[in-house]
Amino acid sequence: MALTGIEIYKYLPKTNCKKCNFPTCLAFAMKVAARVVDITACPDLSAQSKAALESAGRPPIRLVKFGGDTHKVEVGNETVMFRHEKTFYHPPAIMVRIKDTASKEDIAKLVDEVGGYQVERVGMKLTMDGFAVENASKDQARFLEAVETVLAKSGLAVALMSDNPATMDAAVAKAAARKPVVYAATKENWSGMADIAKKHSCPLVVRDSSGLENLVALSEKVAQAGIEDIILDPGVDSFKSSIDSLTEIRRLALKKNFRPLGFPVMTFPGVQAKTTEEEAALAAEQISKYSSVVVLEHFSPALAYPLLTLRLNIYTDPQKPIQMAAGIYEVGAPKPDSPLCITTNFSLTYFSVAGEIEASGVPSWLLICDTEGLSVLTAWAAGKFDAERIAKAVKQFNVADKISHKSIVLPGKVAVLRGELEEELSGWKVLVGPMEAMDVGGYFKKTWKP
Amino acid sequence: MAPLEAPVEKWTGKIRELKLGSGGRKTITVGGGTTLPFVKFEGAQPHRPAIAIEVQDKEPTDWSEFLVSAWGDALKNPGAWAKKAAEFGADLLYIRLASAHPEASNTGAAQAKKSASEVLSAVDLPVIFVGPDVAEKDNEVLVAVSDVAKGQRVGLGNCVEKNYKTIAATCMADGHVAIAKTPIEINLAKQLNILLSDVGLSPDSILMDPTTGALGYGLEYTYSVMERLRLAALMGDGMTSMPMICTAGEESWRQKESKATLDVPQAWGDNQERSLIWENVTAISLLAAGADILVLRHPKTVVTVKAALDKSF
Ligand code: SF4
Repeated sequence: MALTGIEIYKYLPKTNCKKCNFPTCLAFAMKVAARVVDITACPDLSAQSKAALESAGRPPIRLVKFGGDTHKVEVGNETVMFRHEKTFYHPPAIMVRIKDTASKEDIAKLVDEVGGYQVERVGMKLTMDGFAVENASKDQARFLEAVETVLAKSGLAVALMSDNPATMDAAVAKAAARKPVVYAATKENWSGMADIAKKHSCPLVVRDSSGLENLVALSEKVAQAGIEDIILDPGVDSFKSSIDSLTEIRRLALKKNFRPLGFPVMTFPGVQAKTTEEEAALAAEQISKYSSVVVLEHFSPALAYPLLTLRLNIYTDPQKPIQMAAGIYEVGAPKPDSPLCITTNFSLTYFSVAGEIEASGVPSWLLICDTEGLSVLTAWAAGKFDAERIAKAVKQFNVADKISHKSIVLPGKVAVLRGELEEELSGWKVLVGPMEAMDVGGYFKKTWKP
Repeated sequence: MAPLEAPVEKWTGKIRELKLGSGGRKTITVGGGTTLPFVKFEGAQPHRPAIAIEVQDKEPTDWSEFLVSAWGDALKNPGAWAKKAAEFGADLLYIRLASAHPEASNTGAAQAKKSASEVLSAVDLPVIFVGPDVAEKDNEVLVAVSDVAKGQRVGLGNCVEKNYKTIAATCMADGHVAIAKTPIEINLAKQLNILLSDVGLSPDSILMDPTTGALGYGLEYTYSVMERLRLAALMGDGMTSMPMICTAGEESWRQKESKATLDVPQAWGDNQERSLIWENVTAISLLAAGADILVLRHPKTVVTVKAALDKSF
């Protein structure tokens, strides 16, 4: 939790010596709280106060980083239980498990597929985050070979899964530049695993599925051994306890500032799934509710695309709705004589209009005007969706070159703009469309004539 | 070590219980939760969320081939469709009187009565009837259906600000439940519940439809409005504590991710697999946000979501 100026002030020497270039300790404290200046600018701060400040200022859920220069992953550091309270900051990493029992060719193929996967949505390129390579064979040489294949073929992040500290040590050494996740410290092997994680400065997963108390005990042990970057695996591989356990963990971290659980959580939604659909279902629940690293057992584009879309939806900042880039969009495969509609760049407005056009079966041109993310009526009221702006969009995006007619459909809610727009766009016919997007289909069939 | 103290919140409110089905018809109760969905350490969710399957009173012309092949000829007849939906594991049915839409066949009260009777005699499951979502038309067909289903406690919708009085009155007269639908906004949802209560409809006879945005098409707005409604209810607001229904199937299957089969980007993957997962992910995410009834379209999604619920409870 970020400290307030007053809280920071309590730790300062209170001599007002000005060595920090601020007139008083209090003024300095305020600037530190506002993150304008760093606490280290006060030369007289005691080591003890510094440590106390650091620990009090630590976020309740630690930010954990892994992955190399080609693909960095940051998870954790969430501050709220519900996205509407503020936002969720660090989208969960979505990774795919690779077992070293598979053939080298199969591993290479899967790595190529996952590593090369990219899908575009609302102008963003969505990708997978990496691989969890498992020493399922229990054979060290085989594991190292699998790890090498993965590292050679993809720049994505990796988690290394082995119960054997010696094997782990060798694998982490190979992958060190990728800052791999070390999976996992258990009741039996935690001391050896902690040594490895420490030696290579890698995040360490602690795994205990026998209850949160035991997970806490393990987390405390590895923290005492000097590990700061911890990831928790409570073993929730079924709907039975996933939301329940993950809610408990996050609440204890956020509301009680309970340090041993103040870390991101890792889950494996496909372990018990009998079908890809079941795996998709639990993955969807865990992306919605509090998992920070989701490891899938399968990969297919048809599974990845919906899950990456869900992640994008849930981790969108509710205060900053996604805006569509202004421009002319094709819905269906419009021809020069297809209808031309205009609406605002608020993503939900765009989606409902585009969705209705899609559903109507009448391919159309959809012109999106930059209204700074406001919906039709709000934008109109704020003067961000007026005749001038619409006319400008029509010209800017060379709409006339795409269509053979010269008529444009206005949202029914801004019918008042019709006259003005006809003046701005000489030679154009301005049609008034329906009030609600859902009536677009009927409008096209019954009323629309260019 | 000392046992962990569960971080329970002291909620003062609870979700209302809502019963559908009566008069010889099977009944189902949803709601009643005293905590957030699936959070077991602090409260109870006495009734598991229910799965409704959507049935229409006319053969859909724009449905995906994957839905058409799953349902086959049943799509041609609401009674047969209803029976098949029951076989596929529906807890209740959601009957869309689509033929009444002025852009479709513009049928009226007579056809609505006929379709409703067919469905009601074909299955003994609880049923919700919704009109074509054209306010005046909805009034006409829902009043007709209300009469046919008198005493069987069906759901009637969608009740919107424009037509709530008629639907509320018919629900009160015939013992039905109103589906109160509002555009993804917490205050509008609450306001419609208040309006309905003010004309005398019991708050225990209201089901809220907060309007579903499909995955990728506004899901996050629905998700957050539902979470806020749930939280408001648990904090004691009796006008936001009605159970919620989400039309996850209809919304998902309208989108191009579910409909397109030609010129599909390679990154979208297999058409059928993606369409099914699209509906499934929309549904599961809304369950986590507090849905009490999910309306689905594909039988396979019903299986997947039911399996998830079986494990959850
Ligand atoms: S340098 Fe430190 S002690 Fe001196 S005024 Fe600044 S904050 Fe206070």
